[in-house]
Amino acid sequence: MKTTETPAPLPAESGASVSKVDVPPPRPARRKRDGGVLNVFSHGVLIIWAIMVVMPLLWAVMTSFKSDSSIFGSPWSLPDKLHFDNWSRAWTQANMSDYFLNTVLVVGGSLIGTLALGSMAAYVLARFDFPGNRFIYYLFIGGMSFPIMLALVPLFYVVNNMGMLNTIHGLILVYIAYSLPFTVFFLTAFFRTLPTSVAEAAFVDGASHTRTFFQIMLPMAKPGLISVGIFNFLGQWNQYMLPTVLNTDPDKKVLTQGLVQLAVSQGYKGDWSGLFAGLVMAMLPVLGAYIVFQRQVVQGLTAGALK
Amino acid sequence: MQHGKYRFIVGFLVLPLGLYALFVVWPFIQSIYYSFTDWTGLSPEFKMVGFDNYKRMLHDDIFWKSLQHSLLFALVLPLVTISLALFFAFMINVGGRRRKGGPVISGVRGSSFYKIVYFFPQVLSIAIVALLFQFAYNPDSGAINSLLRGIGLGSVQPLWLGDPSLALWCVMAVLVWSTTGFFVVLFSAGMASIPAELYEAALLDGAGRATTFFRVTLPLLWDTVQSGWVYMGILALGAESFAVVQIMTTGPGGPDYSTTVMVLYVYQKAFRDGQAAYATTIGVALLVVTLAFAAIVMRLGRRERLEF
Repeated sequence: MKTTETPAPLPAESGASVSKVDVPPPRPARRKRDGGVLNVFSHGVLIIWAIMVVMPLLWAVMTSFKSDSSIFGSPWSLPDKLHFDNWSRAWTQANMSDYFLNTVLVVGGSLIGTLALGSMAAYVLARFDFPGNRFIYYLFIGGMSFPIMLALVPLFYVVNNMGMLNTIHGLILVYIAYSLPFTVFFLTAFFRTLPTSVAEAAFVDGASHTRTFFQIMLPMAKPGLISVGIFNFLGQWNQYMLPTVLNTDPDKKVLTQGLVQLAVSQGYKGDWSGLFAGLVMAMLPVLGAYIVFQRQVVQGLTAGALK
Repeated sequence: MQHGKYRFIVGFLVLPLGLYALFVVWPFIQSIYYSFTDWTGLSPEFKMVGFDNYKRMLHDDIFWKSLQHSLLFALVLPLVTISLALFFAFMINVGGRRRKGGPVISGVRGSSFYKIVYFFPQVLSIAIVALLFQFAYNPDSGAINSLLRGIGLGSVQPLWLGDPSLALWCVMAVLVWSTTGFFVVLFSAGMASIPAELYEAALLDGAGRATTFFRVTLPLLWDTVQSGWVYMGILALGAESFAVVQIMTTGPGGPDYSTTVMVLYVYQKAFRDGQAAYATTIGVALLVVTLAFAAIVMRLGRRERLEF
């Protein structure tokens, strides 16, 4: 890719325009006006969509500081004063602190597990030739296009029979299993792009396969691990369907379920301001992390689709 | 490199493959088997019933409704989301004013700002997004209707999620809102890798913006668009539509089954009604729809790969 910073160089082959090489090509006046209109139009459309994206989020933040009566009376008015008590009430009484803790435990455990198991499988599949290699690879990536809900019905009973329903470690294992297809797909492609010579040199020097993997290949694969790690972190942090089916104990709920549960129970409790505080509380860390690590997050989330 | 190779391969594969087989592959196989039984999910006893569940499904009005809605999701959502995203991405990357002495093709000013903002919904959980819009749609005190009142449209106060003819579109709008940004960023990355010379050549030949888009940008971006299309369709049939319908609609799936989708119907049959075997039957139908969708998109979208 190169960006042209000088006036457009004209292709030398097009004989007709050779004479204009050193001046910017004159453009017809009509095109110029057309470009101006388009510019205003494109800015307009882009700004409208930006407003449509940001408005609901700002509205949620504003609402989380309002009293219950003004939430219902005048949804768009600014809060009369900043009701910080909504936030403290949500954190303590509405169990947001528990939901956060559960989510951190589940996502922490499954992220480490996903990266470890995913990179091991991907490395073997990318670098070693053995009977069944292709079959195992397609078995993994086939999981990306199957509707998960179909497997969830028997999975509920599989997990139940193992005594792991409504447990943190049960949820971690299931998260890892369902994150493996994309992780293996992505990391296999990544390991294939790494040079083979370094690993071979290490092996000649007497390092075992295992040692070569952990000391040579994993450090080399760091950019890929970061990308796929961010992808899995967001997917697992925001996961809703798996915990809804496998994790119904109120004490073990993760953030997304907890908020939905909270919203349902407000039907009779009526603490809507507390619920909004909870929603914003759950939104802000992810949005904040995204703004700080913007480039890496975008790379992590789009890398797979561009492969 | 033969020494200890197979021991190493087995050692590295046994854990990931074992976990994957136990929690993903085995349940899939089981669920296809269960669809031929009368298993309730509540007791361990069941017997084979042949194709009874499938016959029942063909006479189940709610199943047909959910199938219809799921197909609508799979057709409309990728079309709307990807068209919007292509349009925005083109505006961001190519829509800029031509400055004298600047590059022939330039993005609008603040293009990186747009890309950051558009991506916001992608990092939020679909559950949070659904909750937020559930409030916005509230007919009495929601943000949308009070905005309408505020700008003098007090007579236009739809029930949104409470109106059977509107509810499905409300749900789809939320999915469009939450997924468009991802594709804008994805397509922007693709457009940035198209060489500027191609645009220059097109402009020299007198192509306008629309021609440039359809004759240069879109063909070169085709692979990305196609895989985005499949990806969006799978989301619209599966996890994303489950979350929004289950959280936002009354019932869930209401009012009057106007928003029920296949993935929700599987969940309700298995975990609410105690009809696990019948649920897996609908799940198999969902599997068929998903695979058929992916196959059709790949087939229709097949064209010669352009190298650049």
